[in-house]
Amino acid sequence: MPRIGVFVCWCGSNIAGTVDVSTVSEAVKNEQGVVFSTNYQYMCSQSGQDIIKNAIRKHNLTGIVVCSCSPRMHEATFRKTAAAAGLNPYMVEIANIREQCSWVHKDMLTGTQKAIVLTKAAIAKVNLNSPLTPGESPVTKRALVIGGGIAGIQTALDIADAGFPVDIVETKPTIGGKMAQLDKTFPTLDCAACILTPKMVDAAQNDKIRIYSYSEVEEVNGFVGNFDVKIRRKARYVKEELCTGCGLCTEKCPQKKVPNEFNMGMDNRRAIYIPFAQAVPKVATIDADYCTMLKTGKCGVCSKVCTAGAIDYKQKDEIITERYGAIVAATGFNPISMDKFDEYAYSQSKDVITSLEFERLTNAAGPTAGKLLRPSDGKHPHTVVFVQCVGSRCAAAEKGKEYCSKICCMYTAKHAMLIRDKYPDVEVYVFYIDVRTPGKNFDEFYRRAVEEYGVHYIKGMVGKVSPEGDVLKVQASDLIANKQLHIDADLVVLAAAIEPDKSARSLATMLTASMDTNDFFTEAHPKLRPVESPTAGVFLSGACQGPKDIPETVSQAGAAASKVIGLLAKDKLIGNPCIAHSDEMMCNGCSSCERVCPYGAITYVNKEFRMPDRTTLVRRVASVNEAVCQGCGACTVACPSGAMDLRGFTAQQIMSEVDAICK
Amino acid sequence: MQAISSRTLVDIAAKKLASGEVSAVLGWKKGLFNYDVTPAVFTDEKDLAENFVYTDFCAANLSKYLVNETKKPEYRADNRKILVFLKPCDTYSFNQLLTEHRIHRNRVYVVAVPCNGMIDLTGAPYEKCVNCKSKKAVVYDELVGENGEVIDSNRFDEVERIEAMSAEERFAFWQNELSRCIRCNACRNVCPACTCEKCVFDNPASGLENKAISDSFEEKMFHIIRAFHVAGRCTDCGECSRVCPQHIPLHLLNRKLIKDMNEAYGEYQAGAVEGSRAPLVNYSENDIEPAEAVGKGGNNA
Repeated sequence: MPRIGVFVCWCGSNIAGTVDVSTVSEAVKNEQGVVFSTNYQYMCSQSGQDIIKNAIRKHNLTGIVVCSCSPRMHEATFRKTAAAAGLNPYMVEIANIREQCSWVHKDMLTGTQKAIVLTKAAIAKVNLNSPLTPGESPVTKRALVIGGGIAGIQTALDIADAGFPVDIVETKPTIGGKMAQLDKTFPTLDCAACILTPKMVDAAQNDKIRIYSYSEVEEVNGFVGNFDVKIRRKARYVKEELCTGCGLCTEKCPQKKVPNEFNMGMDNRRAIYIPFAQAVPKVATIDADYCTMLKTGKCGVCSKVCTAGAIDYKQKDEIITERYGAIVAATGFNPISMDKFDEYAYSQSKDVITSLEFERLTNAAGPTAGKLLRPSDGKHPHTVVFVQCVGSRCAAAEKGKEYCSKICCMYTAKHAMLIRDKYPDVEVYVFYIDVRTPGKNFDEFYRRAVEEYGVHYIKGMVGKVSPEGDVLKVQASDLIANKQLHIDADLVVLAAAIEPDKSARSLATMLTASMDTNDFFTEAHPKLRPVESPTAGVFLSGACQGPKDIPETVSQAGAAASKVIGLLAKDKLIGNPCIAHSDEMMCNGCSSCERVCPYGAITYVNKEFRMPDRTTLVRRVASVNEAVCQGCGACTVACPSGAMDLRGFTAQQIMSEVDAICK
Repeated sequence: MQAISSRTLVDIAAKKLASGEVSAVLGWKKGLFNYDVTPAVFTDEKDLAENFVYTDFCAANLSKYLVNETKKPEYRADNRKILVFLKPCDTYSFNQLLTEHRIHRNRVYVVAVPCNGMIDLTGAPYEKCVNCKSKKAVVYDELVGENGEVIDSNRFDEVERIEAMSAEERFAFWQNELSRCIRCNACRNVCPACTCEKCVFDNPASGLENKAISDSFEEKMFHIIRAFHVAGRCTDCGECSRVCPQHIPLHLLNRKLIKDMNEAYGEYQAGAVEGSRAPLVNYSENDIEPAEAVGKGGNNA
C-alpha cells in the first residue's frame, strides 16, 4: 500500500497570500494513500526539507507530494531531499500551486479550491509512481562550434585552452565573420582587424582546434555527450593542404567581374579568391558560379600559375562524420534586406548605403583604401546623413523587426565621429528615435560625438530620400524643434536592423533547439541560464541568441565555453529515467512511433514470440534506445495500441491526474 | 451487376491453387440466400468452384483478414502464398496495412477486381459505393479487366452539412445517432485500421475501457476515441458504417478528421502509396502551428 505524505508550502506570502494552505493540507488528509499532511512557511529551506526528511522516516512514506512552486524551480531540490531520507527520488511529485495557482488568482476561495484540486491530482499520480533508476552515458570529449565569427572563435579558444579538442565549422572560406569587415570598434576606436586577426591566427595555430572552413553542418543525431554530426566540406577546388596562399592565382584569374562580398559588392574580385589578406585558413577558393573552367571546361589559368599544384577542378563535396560531446551555435547575424525600405532610395542611388557598407568604405583595406568617397562618382561628400532604426523597433512586422538591434546607436556615433575626425569640413546629421547607450564608456563616447566632434543629432525620423541630380534630397522631421527639415545630402547611411543568419533555423531543427519568433535561439532561462539552449548539450554564443556588440559577444562566448568545459570535464552523464519503453506483447510494429521520434531513438527488431499453440511467431516490434530517448512522449501519443509508454508519465498516471481534477 | 463474373475469378484462383503457387484463396462464399455472402478461405478447387461468388453482395473488404491469415503456420512453414481478391477501395486498405508492416507482402498474391458498386439486402447501394472515391486499384499482382480512375466524389458534402450546424444541433445530431450504439464492436472488428495486437478497449491497463462505459456519454467516447485512433490511417473504406447493425453513420467521424487533415496539411489519402507518411506522424518545417490548425477547423466549438 502506498504511504503518501503531503507537504504544502506557503512560499512566504507568495502562495499563502492567495491560498489557505492549512485548508489545503487538511482537505487532502483522507485522499487515497495519504498518511501524513502538513504545511510550512518555506518548504525549500533547510528546516522545511528537514520536515520532509523526518516525515519520510517517521511515517515510513513511500511517496511524497510537495505543493509549491513550478517543478522547474525546485523539483530537483525535493528529489534530493527524498533521496537523502532513503526514498527513491522519482517517488516525488510537485503540485504547482504557485505559478499555476496563487500567482494567477486573486480570490482566496477559488485559489484554495484550485490548490486542493491540483494537490489531489498529484496524489493520484504518486499513487501510481514507481521507483526509477537513471542510466549513465559516456561523454565524448570534443566540442563543435558552428560559426567562425568572433563568438565562435572566442568559444573555441576558451574550450581549447581548457585542454579539450574543438572543431569550428564555418560556411565561408575564412573564419572572422562580421568583425573582420569592420573598421574601428567602439568605444575605444581600436581597429577591428588588429584585435581580431591575432585571435584568428591563435585559433589556426592551436593544436586543439580544427577549422573546417567552407563547410556546413548537414545532419545532427544523438544526444548530449554523444552527438553524431555530419559535416559537408564544400568543394573549393583547391587542395587546402597544398595551397600556400601566395595569391598568384587570384591575380592571374581572367574572370574579373565577380562582386566582392567581403567589400559588400562595392568592388570586384576574381573567380578564384582569398576573401582578405589575413584570411584563416589562407587558402584560395574557386567560386563555381563564375569560374570559366568549371562552367565551360576552357581556361585553367589558375592551375597553370599555381606552383604548389593545389588546383583541383575535379574536387567534390566531402562528408565527414564526427562525434561531439557538446555543440555551440554561433551562427551570428546579418543586416536585413533594404528592399522594403524604398523611401530611403537604397535601390535607386548608389550613394544610399548601409552601415556595414560604410564600414568597408572607411576601412583602409576597403574598396576606397579608407578614403571617404561617394560610391556613385568617387567625389568627396560634404553632407552625410545617418538614419537610425531602419527596420529596428518597427511595428510593421512584414517590413522590419520589432526589437532594437542594439548596436546601431553606438556604431553610428562611431561613424559620425570618424568622419568629423578625418574630414572636419563634412557636416554630419544623425536622425534617431532614441539614443541608447548603456554600457561601459558608451554614453561618454556618444557625448563626445555630439560635444567634441559637433555631430548634429536630431530626434526624428527621415521620411523620404529622393535622388535629384547628384544630391540626395532628405526630408525629415525635427521633433524637438517641431519642424520639417530639408537637407541636401551627398551620402545617406542606413543603420539596417540585424537579424539572425538564415542558416540558424535549419540548424535549430537539426539540433532540436528552440527559437523565438524572430529566429533567435532561445535560452534555457532568460536570466539564469542565458548561454544554454533548452536542449541538453547545445549552447549559444553571440548574436544568434540576440543582438549583441563585440564586448558582450566575447563575454557570452567565454560563458558558453565554460559551460561546455563543465560538461566535457565529466566522465559520464546521469540520464533521465523518465523515458519511453515499449510493451512488446502489444506492439504492432506499425512504425508510427519511429516516425514521430525527433531523436531517432526507436528502431525495430524482428523478435520471436511463443504462441499459445506452441508455435513461434516472428513479429516486428519497436525497441527504444534508452541513451538516446529524451522522454518527450511523442511516441506514446502516436502509438495506436498504447504499447509505448513513458516511465514516470504513464498514460495511466496522466489519466488518473485528469480523473482527480474532473471528479 | 458486376462486369466480372464469378466464373472468371474462380478460373484464376483454381489455376493458382492447382499449380501450387498459392495454398489458399481468400474470397467471398455464397450462403443460403443471394445476399448472404461471407468472406471465406478456400483451400481446394472443388470448394472454390461450388461456393465462390463475386456478386453485388460482395461488399466485404478482405484485406484485414490477411493480417491473421498470413500469420498462420501453414503459410509461414512453406513460404507459400495466399491469393486474395481485392476491389479497388480494398487495395487502399491493403496498402495501408503494408505501410504499417501488418502484412508480409511476399506471402500474398493480390488479384485486383473491378467493382461497379455493391448493394445491401434491400437492394440499395452502400453509402461507400454511392460516394465511391476510387475505381483505381493501387496495388496488385494481377489485374482483372481494366483499371479505373480516382473519382472526384462528393464524400465530404455530408461532413460540411454537419460542420454548418450550431454546436447544440451537432451535439443533438450525434447524441441521436450514437445513442443507438449497442457496443457490438462490429465497427472495430471489421475496420482494417483496427488490427492492434491488443485493442485499447480490451486492455484493462489502458484505463480506456472504464472511460467508455462510465456514463451516458459511453458510446460517444468509444466512437470518438476510435476515430482518433485510426486518424491518418483510415482509408475511408466505409466498412464501419456498412456493418453497423444500428445504421450509425460512423464514417462521418472519420471523414471529418480526413477533411480537417486535408485542409491543415494538404491532401493526403491513406493507403494510396505504400510507405507514405501520414501527416500526423510526419513533420515538415512548413507545418501549420496547432493554433492555426484549430482556427482553420472553423466551427468546432
